[in-house]
Amino acid sequence: MAYVAVKGGERAIDAAHDWLARNRRGPVSVAEVGTDQIATQLGRAVDRVMAEGSCYDPALAALAIKQAQGDLIEAAFLLRAYRTTLPRFASSLPVETGAMHIRRRISAIYKDLPGGQMLGPTYDYTHRLLDFALEAESDLPPAPARPAPAAIEPTPRVLDLLREEGLMGAEEPGGHAPPGDLTREPLAFPAGRDLRLQSLARGDEGFLLALGYSTQRGYGNNHPFVGEIRMGDVAVEIEPPELGFPIEIGRITLTECEMVNQFAGSKTEPPQFTRGYGLTFGHGERKAMGMALVDRALRAAELGEDVTAPAQDIEFVLSHSDNIEATGFVEHLKLPHYVDFQSELETIRTMRRTAEAATPQEGEPA
Amino acid sequence: MNGYNFAYLDEPTKRMIRRAILKAVSIPGHQVPFGAREMPLPYGWGTGGIQVTAAILGPEDVLKVIDQGADDTTNAVSIRRFFARTAGVETTTHTAEASVIQTRHRIPEMPLRADQILVYQVPLPEPLAKLEPSRAETRQMHALADYGLMHVKLYEDIARFGHVAISYDYPVMVNGRYLMSPSPIPAFDTPKMNRMAALQLFGAGREKRIYAVPPFTTVRPLDFEDHPFKLVRAPHACTLCGARDSYLDEVVTDDRGGRIFVCSDTDYCEGRRDAAPGEAA
Repeated sequence: MAYVAVKGGERAIDAAHDWLARNRRGPVSVAEVGTDQIATQLGRAVDRVMAEGSCYDPALAALAIKQAQGDLIEAAFLLRAYRTTLPRFASSLPVETGAMHIRRRISAIYKDLPGGQMLGPTYDYTHRLLDFALEAESDLPPAPARPAPAAIEPTPRVLDLLREEGLMGAEEPGGHAPPGDLTREPLAFPAGRDLRLQSLARGDEGFLLALGYSTQRGYGNNHPFVGEIRMGDVAVEIEPPELGFPIEIGRITLTECEMVNQFAGSKTEPPQFTRGYGLTFGHGERKAMGMALVDRALRAAELGEDVTAPAQDIEFVLSHSDNIEATGFVEHLKLPHYVDFQSELETIRTMRRTAEAATPQEGEPA
Repeated sequence: MNGYNFAYLDEPTKRMIRRAILKAVSIPGHQVPFGAREMPLPYGWGTGGIQVTAAILGPEDVLKVIDQGADDTTNAVSIRRFFARTAGVETTTHTAEASVIQTRHRIPEMPLRADQILVYQVPLPEPLAKLEPSRAETRQMHALADYGLMHVKLYEDIARFGHVAISYDYPVMVNGRYLMSPSPIPAFDTPKMNRMAALQLFGAGREKRIYAVPPFTTVRPLDFEDHPFKLVRAPHACTLCGARDSYLDEVVTDDRGGRIFVCSDTDYCEGRRDAAPGEAA
């Protein structure tokens, strides 16, 4: 093979993009998937992309999923890159999840409680048997008429009930300084809980799942109970300074998980429960639960517990939770490294020559 | 490009980055945290360099982008296109014609001038990261100029191998104060940084750091008096242009051990071939 100067990068890129577009579309004999179909029928994927893409917009998330051929991290990346270009008009007021229009709400610590338990649209008790009927288009029977609730029952958060009894540990009061924003200011360590929660909320579901799992298996044990998981819609409000009162700008779906964790107490604190908090866009219980476990683990230092496990190490968790950063850096290894590798080659050859020269040859006196 | 500001980033973001650059220039070699934005190219693929370039680029600039010394590597093509598209600036492959050169892993062979700026893409700005992973710790080590750990690493290399076994991203002392990662350029390129006439800017997007070496600043590879820094270069001449002073890429030509060596800096190589055709081996 004769050496051909490596030219043609431009043409290769154009050809690759063209191929990719055809690959994405697939055979034209099959109907093209519509973003409306993705938005309405692949809702969990859309929710995950919105959460990790840090941008609540189901239509754009659906477009990103289509464009990324269902690669959800790639889709989240597309949404993130779009998000950065958006101007910021206002910051919302804190959303009130206590006033959530609830579609699902469960507690694992009380059998019944004000507002009741509501199973909602969950996979939890499905048997994981492939439903071959779904291979064909199917019409669902009409939804059963639901009895209208007599009145909207107030649904206080379970952890508030514990707090009223004085059993739930006090937390850093918020509301004084505006919360930080790691998308505008670089993260510095140790990061406060506001930035930790922001980082976790946009963090990779798999990473949080695995770290949360690790705390259950003894790496930073935190004895969790699901105090409550609730999913539903909340109003988002802003308060324009020229108005002086809040106005609702829309509603978003959120999943919130509050974990109750034992805390043995310290010199200054009596034994009590402590909270791990998880919140995510859309319906994402796995993410919210993982986040709540990790949030609690990251409070170890603040609660005077030993920081021994990865999930308790703020810098470790926050530096590695972002899948857009992670995928970029892992995948950058695909880029050419000819130059570095060449210098490694020369170094290793030199080292081998040195080592060979130092090794006595056979027959020579040692 | 419609719908986007000149060079993609909005002006307040550019101002924030320029402030970080000014601070970095004022404290040579010191890593300045900045609010790196998410870019439409992946982290690890040059987003730090791209943000620095976007912040300093003006309509009159002429941009050159190289990766591994070459203008035609796919990522260099992609970044050059990004700026051609978002800023509409003139681009070039000729080092001498460029006012801004964004690079990954190389410094051009041709000495740069005072009216040029070299922007490095940096994957890991922290030179101590392989010895101490916590950035909270390394920040303190920099504050105290506590670089004993790195000296010990170099010493251990010498004790075990007879010489320092760092072949790229060789740690350097800037202005006698800050230990700095020169980015993963080969150790061969490190001496070019010393008292370079051009401003050298370093952008690390994922790690959200900017640092700088102002023109004519001393940059010394870390070494010992009795084990001075040594250049490592493949002991060959370029097959295409015959250069014996340039950094070479090794190219495998067959599966029987055939190899040739060619300049990694493609513009340098082409320039030599144009100047003296037919001279090569």
